[in-house]
Amino acid sequence: MLQEESDLSLIIAQIVQKLKGSNLYSQLERQAWASLQRPEIKLESLKEDIKRFFKTSGWEKKLQNAVYSELSVFPSPRHPAAPPEHLKEPLAYMRKAQGSWEKRILKSLNSMCTELSIPLARKRPVGEQKELLSKWNEMGTDEPDLSLFRPVYAPKDFLEVLINLRNPNYENGDYLSFRTHLGLIQVPLKVKDIPELKELFVELGLTTGQLGIDDATQVPPELFENEHVRIGQKVLAEQDSAAAQQYVRQGSPTALRAELWALILNISSQPEDILYYEQLKTNVIQHDLLVDSLIYKDVKLTASNDDYYFVFEDYLYQVLLCFSRDTSVLGHFAYNSASPPKSYIRGKLGIEEYAVFYPPNGVIPFHGFSMYVAPLCFLYHEPSKLYQIFREMYVRFFFRLHSISSHPSGIVSLCLLFETLLQTHLPQLFYHLREIGAQPLRISFKWMVRAFSGYLATDQLLLLWDRILGYNSLELLAVLAAAVFAFRAVNLMEVTSLAAAEAVLADLSTLKVMPLLQIFLFATVT
Amino acid sequence: MSRVPVACHVKGTVALQVGDVRTSQGRPGVLVIDVTFPSVAPFELQEITFKNYYTAFLSIRVRQYTSMHATAKWVTCLRDYCLMPDPHSEEGAQEYVSLFKHQMLCDMSRVLELRLILRQPSPLWLSFTVEELQIYQQGPKSPSITFPKWLSHPVPCEQPAPLLEGLPDPSRVSSEVQQMWALTEMIRASHTSTRIGRFDVDGCYDLNLLSYT
Repeated sequence: MLQEESDLSLIIAQIVQKLKGSNLYSQLERQAWASLQRPEIKLESLKEDIKRFFKTSGWEKKLQNAVYSELSVFPSPRHPAAPPEHLKEPLAYMRKAQGSWEKRILKSLNSMCTELSIPLARKRPVGEQKELLSKWNEMGTDEPDLSLFRPVYAPKDFLEVLINLRNPNYENGDYLSFRTHLGLIQVPLKVKDIPELKELFVELGLTTGQLGIDDATQVPPELFENEHVRIGQKVLAEQDSAAAQQYVRQGSPTALRAELWALILNISSQPEDILYYEQLKTNVIQHDLLVDSLIYKDVKLTASNDDYYFVFEDYLYQVLLCFSRDTSVLGHFAYNSASPPKSYIRGKLGIEEYAVFYPPNGVIPFHGFSMYVAPLCFLYHEPSKLYQIFREMYVRFFFRLHSISSHPSGIVSLCLLFETLLQTHLPQLFYHLREIGAQPLRISFKWMVRAFSGYLATDQLLLLWDRILGYNSLELLAVLAAAVFAFRAVNLMEVTSLAAAEAVLADLSTLKVMPLLQIFLFATVT
Repeated sequence: MSRVPVACHVKGTVALQVGDVRTSQGRPGVLVIDVTFPSVAPFELQEITFKNYYTAFLSIRVRQYTSMHATAKWVTCLRDYCLMPDPHSEEGAQEYVSLFKHQMLCDMSRVLELRLILRQPSPLWLSFTVEELQIYQQGPKSPSITFPKWLSHPVPCEQPAPLLEGLPDPSRVSSEVQQMWALTEMIRASHTSTRIGRFDVDGCYDLNLLSYT
């Protein structure tokens, strides 16, 4: 059909334009030049011969992986009449809500600046630069006075904003009717029900082998585990992104996980990438940002206090401080409903040539932000690779957890999906919790915003994140949250207050993620 | 394919409702929008674009010019086109939509008037409509150039001069050179839009406060 053809050519044109600026493009060019020396490349059939050369030498596979990576991240091509903000977020009232929320964050940051009389950014004096460079690998030993700093916002502040989100064109009557949502989220986004989830997550079914279930000590490895590891090694040998993404839906063996995730995210540590990271490090040394203190405070408050992650404190600084200086992250704001904060060089207020983004990557960290990085430290030990993986995970997944949007993997949809699943399949529990003033979302919100990092045991968290990568969707977070409530339903039915309900659900570290998901999706009688 | 917007006059929406609009409690679920083309001759419709605002289903009726003296009849050219897969939820509610000639049920070669029938069966929404309606007709085809006679009717080839020994065939060389020239032109035309990566202005990144605008 004509429309599909023109859609396809539009997608192709956009991906080609995007890839033209990448390392891969210059590498392919260099390879093409070098291949001219080869005897099988003939001048009269230049194009065909070079194409054949790329196929046999593995470069075509690399290009395929890059295109697949772009397709996973790229939203559907926009209508020619649609303005850029429509691509960020199609619903006007959500754009407005995101704008007001951002303004609140900016005001909070500005007031912190004026109260503490600290500039947003300043150039470090040379002595300080030298000192920081010498302590680069042990920034955790530094104990700056952070008592006056406070996080810009915490997940519970964000939850209040989401609770108050209203569509002005929607019937929001004061009286209860069939239109009212019984949960906290009051916007009518489309969320999947269990039959649709079963179809989407078909590889998690009861008859398919899973790591996290079928690799338990009681199960002989010949039944599933050995074969699965063998297939994993084959996928890595082929270096095929799409195959790797399909493979990790059944879980990734611990020994292969780091390479598989790098393959899915299309990260390969080239010398240019290491150089880029070193450049970011130089930027950290040269300029001191207020955001750095927020990062320090966040790491000290969260990851340093966690039994699993405190050993990685230094890595977290090395990644997060560089992340704040990385302008390539600004690219993701094309499809993120959020927008980067702006500022002007001192003394040049209002002059457009002196307008800059602050922080350089446009992302203001909130309380718990460092927990997105902490689990990755188990997999990657080399700072520049760890950095690349985190950055890619952020611009693909994590940004959706703290911006207001109608995307099916956005936090608003996840909250609504959680509440709908709970209400549909555990109506008694939902009603009881609501009656005692313990709306379930108040407890599960913090789990979903952090993608369960810091709440689950690390090996279980990594099994969950395997599936997030495999399905390229965060909906499993909502399903898992509902499954946890279902698992502890008996205890929850007996509590009589929000505090007691929180206590029942305070410790998730003993939970096994995959059996919970399987039971909730495939084994619950509906 | 080129297209040219057609100046149209969009009349106000008319709600179809049983009973009195003022006293009745329910909201209308059907709206009708008439689109006329006062200053344009009957034209061939190429494309209709609009921005949806909570309309679930769209039907379009068209009145075409007929050469006979009988009045033209209304014909349905699009029936119950679904804009929102689930009328109770937000999916597709504020999307930009394009409808093309080939999706229509009838020939759209001499359009006089259009009538858009919007339906929204869900009682959850306070209002619904379509916005930014634009009608397009076929753009002018590329002008036909008359070639000089000697280009379009080349003289039959004379006997080619005998090839000198050891030299490649000239027609093959010329086609290869043409291919390489095309490749170099493609490379020259391409440019990238990647950022350079600097966040400071001339080495300076001293900032005081964030800006709200």
